[in-house]
Amino acid sequence: MSYIPHTKEQTQEMLKAIGASSIDELFKDIRPALRPRSFDIPEGLSEFDVIERMRALASKNATGLINFLGAGFYDHYIPAAVDAITERSEFYTAYTPYQPECSQGWLQAIYEYQTAICELTGLDAANASLYDGGTALYEAALMAIRTTGRNKIIMDSGVNLIYRTMLYTYTSNLSVEFVETPVAHGQSSREEIYKHLDDKTAAVIVQNPNFFGTIDDHSDIAEKAHLCGALVIASVYPVSLGLLKTPGEIGADIATGEGQSLGLPLSFGGPYLGFMACKKEFVRKMPGRIAGATVDKDGKRGFVLTLQAREQHIRRERATSNICSNEALCALRAIVYTTLLGKQGLKELAQLNYERSEFAKNELDKIKGVEVKRSSPTFNEFTLALPRNADKVVAEMIDKGFAAGFPLGRFYKGMDNYLLVSTTEKRTEEEIKEFAEALRVVI
Amino acid sequence: MNIPENLLYTKEHEWARLEGSQATVGITDYAQSSLGDITFIELPKAGDEMEQSKALATVESVKAASDVYAPLSGNIVKVNEDLEASPELINQSPYENGWFAVIEIANEKEKEGLMSASDYKAYVETLSK
Amino acid sequence: MKLIYEKSIKGRRGFRLPKALASKKCDLPKKYQRVKDPDLPEVSELDCVRHFTNLSRMNFSVDSNFYPLGSCTMKYNPKFTEKALKLEGFLELHPLLPQLLGGGMLAQGSLEVIYETERLLCEITGMDAFTMQPLAGAHGELTGAMLIAAYHKHKGSRRKYVIVPDSSHGTNPASAAIAGYEVIVVRSDKDGCMDIGAFKEKLNEDVAAVMLTCPNTLGIFNPRIKEIADLAHKAGALMYYDGANLNAMMGKCRPGDLGFDVVHLNLHKTFGTPHGGGGPGAGPVGVNDRLVQFLPISKVSKRDDGTLYLDYNNPKSIGYIAPFYGNFAVILKAYAYMLLLGKEGLTEVSEYAVLNANYCMKLLKDHYELSYDRTCMHECVFSASRQADKGVHAIDIAKYLIDKGFHPPTIYFPLIVKEAMMIEPTETESKETIDEFIAAMIEIAKLTESDPQVIKDAPQKAPVKRLDETKAARDLNLRFKGSP
Repeated sequence: MSYIPHTKEQTQEMLKAIGASSIDELFKDIRPALRPRSFDIPEGLSEFDVIERMRALASKNATGLINFLGAGFYDHYIPAAVDAITERSEFYTAYTPYQPECSQGWLQAIYEYQTAICELTGLDAANASLYDGGTALYEAALMAIRTTGRNKIIMDSGVNLIYRTMLYTYTSNLSVEFVETPVAHGQSSREEIYKHLDDKTAAVIVQNPNFFGTIDDHSDIAEKAHLCGALVIASVYPVSLGLLKTPGEIGADIATGEGQSLGLPLSFGGPYLGFMACKKEFVRKMPGRIAGATVDKDGKRGFVLTLQAREQHIRRERATSNICSNEALCALRAIVYTTLLGKQGLKELAQLNYERSEFAKNELDKIKGVEVKRSSPTFNEFTLALPRNADKVVAEMIDKGFAAGFPLGRFYKGMDNYLLVSTTEKRTEEEIKEFAEALRVVI
Repeated sequence: MNIPENLLYTKEHEWARLEGSQATVGITDYAQSSLGDITFIELPKAGDEMEQSKALATVESVKAASDVYAPLSGNIVKVNEDLEASPELINQSPYENGWFAVIEIANEKEKEGLMSASDYKAYVETLSK
Repeated sequence: MKLIYEKSIKGRRGFRLPKALASKKCDLPKKYQRVKDPDLPEVSELDCVRHFTNLSRMNFSVDSNFYPLGSCTMKYNPKFTEKALKLEGFLELHPLLPQLLGGGMLAQGSLEVIYETERLLCEITGMDAFTMQPLAGAHGELTGAMLIAAYHKHKGSRRKYVIVPDSSHGTNPASAAIAGYEVIVVRSDKDGCMDIGAFKEKLNEDVAAVMLTCPNTLGIFNPRIKEIADLAHKAGALMYYDGANLNAMMGKCRPGDLGFDVVHLNLHKTFGTPHGGGGPGAGPVGVNDRLVQFLPISKVSKRDDGTLYLDYNNPKSIGYIAPFYGNFAVILKAYAYMLLLGKEGLTEVSEYAVLNANYCMKLLKDHYELSYDRTCMHECVFSASRQADKGVHAIDIAKYLIDKGFHPPTIYFPLIVKEAMMIEPTETESKETIDEFIAAMIEIAKLTESDPQVIKDAPQKAPVKRLDETKAARDLNLRFKGSP
């Protein structure tokens, strides 16, 4: 069974029309010497058998752990309407809207998504999406290098370590100079950044809230960077933008981030959604697909993919990026999610996240031996100092039914006793209290 | 096909108008019509140094991005800033309002390698065959 | 249709959030708070659902239309794979869970999906190992190019060039360039294959790799592919396989056996996962044993007791190319697809994909210029040059096909064919559908003679008429800016 509709008779008719005696004759260019040395694939299964096998596999994964684990990837509730709309196969089974007249639905949805990303980030223009927050940050760094003609990048170490590591991987064969600056009292160290900022600097990369969940106002850094002719790239968490100062408001030139929190399931790491927005003067340096409004022959509004001359299918080795995808289906989830939440809803959602986290901080601070780090304000994630190794505590918390957080010792030297805890709007007052009680017992 | 008499031409379809030690440069009518509607142009800055046959500008249409090469070496004296907002001038008036830049000629000898209007006309005719 | 922002009514809500714990105001200092609220739509759930439902109806899709978009393999995407994805245990799994001490044991099911998919892809392609991390085809190319760079660096040489044929996908040279290589383009010969003489001239000790699509973008299988691989290897270069066209080869031929060292596949093409308007896809990369040690971190490995874990201990690895383990949901669907089809089914896929393409080619070749008249594989490339002489271009033909209810073929690619029209019917389309498409194409060829204006005025039945792309690029309007 392979979803092939041909009857035997039709296959014969088609072969006859072609003038071939068998299907194998069509493969004559693949001489016997080039045929597979092996093709040891199991026999096919029925749909029922495959689903049963999948069920068995799914049951080997843990379900029902109460989640306090975030670290850049968050457990938010997804409204049912998001699934209902993105499952429409007119969206699902279409491809990149190369032919705009028969893809107006997709193109308008992307245009609406771009608008939402601009509104969230406070910047002028957004692209149709990139793979994920990490590759988006890498693309932003390359964009800054192209724009400024410089090759030094200053990166705050509050940027998610996974993203920082990805940037190093991608640029290992290019001549890019990275300087990493430390976090001071939970926020970006001005002193260290300014020490390295010079007329060779292409960009300063900051993250808000940073990996430790702390909030910063990077306006001063942006001002100083611009004096040196450097760009500022802000990696941001979109749900937090319902409450926090936007990249546009701090003066950032490019904003990127992981859009998973806008209606995408955690799904063991993907697919996710990289978003990117920038000031209008940099639009032509932006990678990825971009939808734009125009008119048809009768003057009626319509949408197309525009600025295509930047892209690989036209500019080939001189393109702004090699990217060919846009994570359209993920972007659709994001625009439907932000539409449902709406102007007021997104603000309230961000406040709920902030509030739950403040509540959790107070509850956890009551535990003897546990200290909440409070040097800077946080959004929905914060650092706990534990009296012993966080790795071990987390392992014991799993037995109590909690994914307790991210042990910072995994990423940061000397932080073996620190745990990063996140609370979204999904965590109830009771769950937070139970979590605190379980932690008290474990410690 | 409009090919003015008083200009010099390259095989890449650029033109140069000589005025004393300077040359105004742009692309030919043939070039603009084969590129189609031009949507954007990336120009050099005044003061930039150009080398003959090296990229001087990039023009974009909806489905293409093409380099335009410097017909002569020299420093850029000025560029046509109107093209940034109105790239269609290149299509509408390739030899007048659609000029790209003025170059201070560095090497007079290079002129000898350029084509006259009649040579260029003959060359274009071979292309359309 | 109005934009969702134009349907906004101040104060309207579309979703109810949980109650706040405290009624007191947010105590975050003002200097950290945004000044201007985002202008997001204010609509009801029904407003939202109706808006996007109506938008969806303005798209062509595989489920509603024949979609012979060459190089993109727009085959039917079986529905059961969605069911597999939604099982509790897959959808909500946090990607960092395996990083917690003992947490790997909480994700054994998902790790097994990745592990088993890698095994199957190794066998299908004849490679020794796969990484499932690349998030798309082009991302796989970049990963592959970085693996190639790591290989040469390890051998103590820093080679400068990557060779691609002039028929290659634009992503090939673009990926090579952003990995730090310069690109050498080799022309095609009269048979549509990379010119071996020209290739030999360009090949030297400074060439890091040769990137090829096989069958190539003309739908032609190069019978001299092994010779090319041998020449490349002799010069110390590696062979890169762009897997865009694997749908033509399953069970018939394996890139590993042909001499390719690095392979990327497009799960959304060959293995039936939905294309979703341009993504998400997945672009896993396979390598032979010369390159295994350079694969990205992490890797799913098996312990002696049969349990699986994430192996981070790989000092020669190129590093991290994705935040986690790839587009897991896409991998899962491709895995389910392979399990259902099995050995025989996967082989049939390629057989019928090739049958359908040859049938199209044969029945259309009296009406359109066939640039390379020989048996094709899973796709065929025509030129609309005869029609263009009468003023009807490939783009006009494409627009008329929209009125006939067919998604147009890929046009103006590959670049080496003037007025190219690249048709890939795929194996899941029936003879009746293909016959209808052929009839429409023949009708167009005839109309070109009798009434070309009708074609040039198309589309008439789409939600919009032909759009002004020049205006879109000149007067940039990339976002809604509020009502006037």
